[in-house]
Amino acid sequence: MAYTENRLTRLFDRLKGENRGALGIFITAGDPDFDTSLAIMQGLPGAGADMIEFGMPFSDPMADGPAVQAASLRALSSGASLARTLEMVRVFRADDQSTPIVLMGYYNPIYSYGVDRFLDDAISAGADGLIVVDLPPEEDRELCIPAVELGLPFVRLATPTTDAKRLPAVLKNTSGFIYYVSIMGVTGTKDVPTDLVRAAVARLRDHTDIPIGVGFGIKTPEQAAGVAREADAAIVGTAVVDIIKANLDENGKATAPTAQSVIDFVGQLADGVRSARL
Amino acid sequence: MADTTATPNTFRSGPNETGHFGTFGGRFVAETLMPLILDVEKAYEAAKKDPSFQADIEYYHKHYIGRPSALYFASRLTEHFGGGKLYFKRDELNHTGAHKINNVMGQALVARRMGKTKIIAETGAGQHGVATATACALFGMECEVFMGAVDVARQKPNVDRMRLLGAKVHSVTAGSSTLKDAMNEALRYWVSKAETHFYIIGTVAGPHPYPAMVRDFQCIIGEEVRWQLEEAEGRLPDTLVACIGGGSNAMGLFHPFLDDEGVEIYGVEAAGHGIETGEHAASLTGGRPGILHGNRTYLLQNDDGQITEAHSISAGLDYPGIGPEHSWLNDIGRVKYVSATDEQALESFALCSRLEGIIPALEPSHALAFVGRMIGDLPKDHIVVMNMCGRGDKDLEAVLPRLETMGLL
Repeated sequence: MAYTENRLTRLFDRLKGENRGALGIFITAGDPDFDTSLAIMQGLPGAGADMIEFGMPFSDPMADGPAVQAASLRALSSGASLARTLEMVRVFRADDQSTPIVLMGYYNPIYSYGVDRFLDDAISAGADGLIVVDLPPEEDRELCIPAVELGLPFVRLATPTTDAKRLPAVLKNTSGFIYYVSIMGVTGTKDVPTDLVRAAVARLRDHTDIPIGVGFGIKTPEQAAGVAREADAAIVGTAVVDIIKANLDENGKATAPTAQSVIDFVGQLADGVRSARL
Repeated sequence: MADTTATPNTFRSGPNETGHFGTFGGRFVAETLMPLILDVEKAYEAAKKDPSFQADIEYYHKHYIGRPSALYFASRLTEHFGGGKLYFKRDELNHTGAHKINNVMGQALVARRMGKTKIIAETGAGQHGVATATACALFGMECEVFMGAVDVARQKPNVDRMRLLGAKVHSVTAGSSTLKDAMNEALRYWVSKAETHFYIIGTVAGPHPYPAMVRDFQCIIGEEVRWQLEEAEGRLPDTLVACIGGGSNAMGLFHPFLDDEGVEIYGVEAAGHGIETGEHAASLTGGRPGILHGNRTYLLQNDDGQITEAHSISAGLDYPGIGPEHSWLNDIGRVKYVSATDEQALESFALCSRLEGIIPALEPSHALAFVGRMIGDLPKDHIVVMNMCGRGDKDLEAVLPRLETMGLL
């Protein structure tokens, strides 16, 4: 089926009117278990998250640091799968028609599920875009082009190593937004260099009109505010996953305050982002 | 006059310009690495055409690695099995004790051409790590090696060698703490150092151009066998056999013979406790195509596309994937892929030590186990060449207690 919702476009248009950047929150689907993860997800919009980057668990997440790797393993050991991830999107979408959900992950589970079937199921569940870390432009015909043909945004990563010569190739089939990886490294291992983000965003703006999200290394409300001042979205992942982990019991299981702790932290991040351009 | 009607269909032209062998291979990496991988490809293509690069390789082959390695008629094993004639390609006699150095010298020279002085590598059995540490010592480069914690424990002599050679060994505790996890961690580290570091991958896997580049550097094995057997027997071999983890020693032996129709080729995967137990490392026998570590290839995985843990007593074969060119050769049927269990490998380890005075590594012991299963039924003039790709000193600590239990010591 074709994708027609355009929730990302509507979000960025609306926030332009409000003169602020978006807060994107990353969580891993099923971390630490289906019910807790769904409760967190459902609480995110109310806490001030403007979009959800929803991690599809994978056993070998090569672009992720230890925190997100562990989140994937927690989810998988509690029975997560790609089908369950899409089920969670479907349940969330029944109550929330506006918050964009961007599915983030690695190609193998999708390839194993079947590309056409995956696109169909992701769109019908209510997903609004894809980020697949190990599919550079050189492999566009695998998933990017089939997704774009259905109208489903394919969000590409640009990095400090993506030079001016390479940028056009990276931007070519990118839609929804472009995700600027602010550091050289895997998720959550270094702090975002807020001073360099301004120049990087300016460089991207020279090449494209699509919104620019920045992530990898945003850990505090202040950093989120600093990034949201320059970019169209600040995306926070590892810091959120760290809160989940800090509120598990000694066996890695959810406790009473797990979901609420995440919601509280996202509230602080949202305050930061909302104050950024005032 | 050349016969233009005969099928000129070569098996040796891959990969195509996008790094694919059929549907296998490719470049499935994060954007951070893509510019660097394109640089490596460009540097390697330039090096291939540069006579001074080829001269460098030849120099180090002859004076440092000790090539050509011997092609040895294993007369006592031949007599023991009572069938075809068995030859060993003695790549365990190379400097550092395995075929790994062939590839490492090549890549280190490419790194040097690119002006890179910092090297990273992953290792399973430690042979690739030792070879990389060796080349880095020789060329004055910094070396960091990623090795699963389980492998650090079971291949301690190699860890000590790496340290002595000046390398820093990172013990990786993620996942199953073996080769797959070492490669994940090396790739993650590379992402953070992409501008300064060169990643010397140890097998014919990873993103293009690695599978082709590593193969090219290992092809010296098969090329030597070709002329050495011509000298010894005046003809081509009938059968080639090599063990396969990622598959670099096998590809090095096989590739020069792929277009010789009469040459039968067998790759031997590690069957661990037995294919039927699910505890094995036989990606082709027990896996299906998927994407990991930069390429599409056969992988051990569950129904959800999650990579499952491999098992093998041999740290060098303990990997849930295989080089993409092997996947292609499997699917088109040019190479037959079979397997041998831990126990069969251990029996061959003991047998080869006793009958030939050659202590093989656990990896080629798998190849020998398969040879033992098939050579007895072959005619006396049937020539089997097996790649003895590594020596077994590193394995003694793990192997001796097992051999005692089995009553083989």
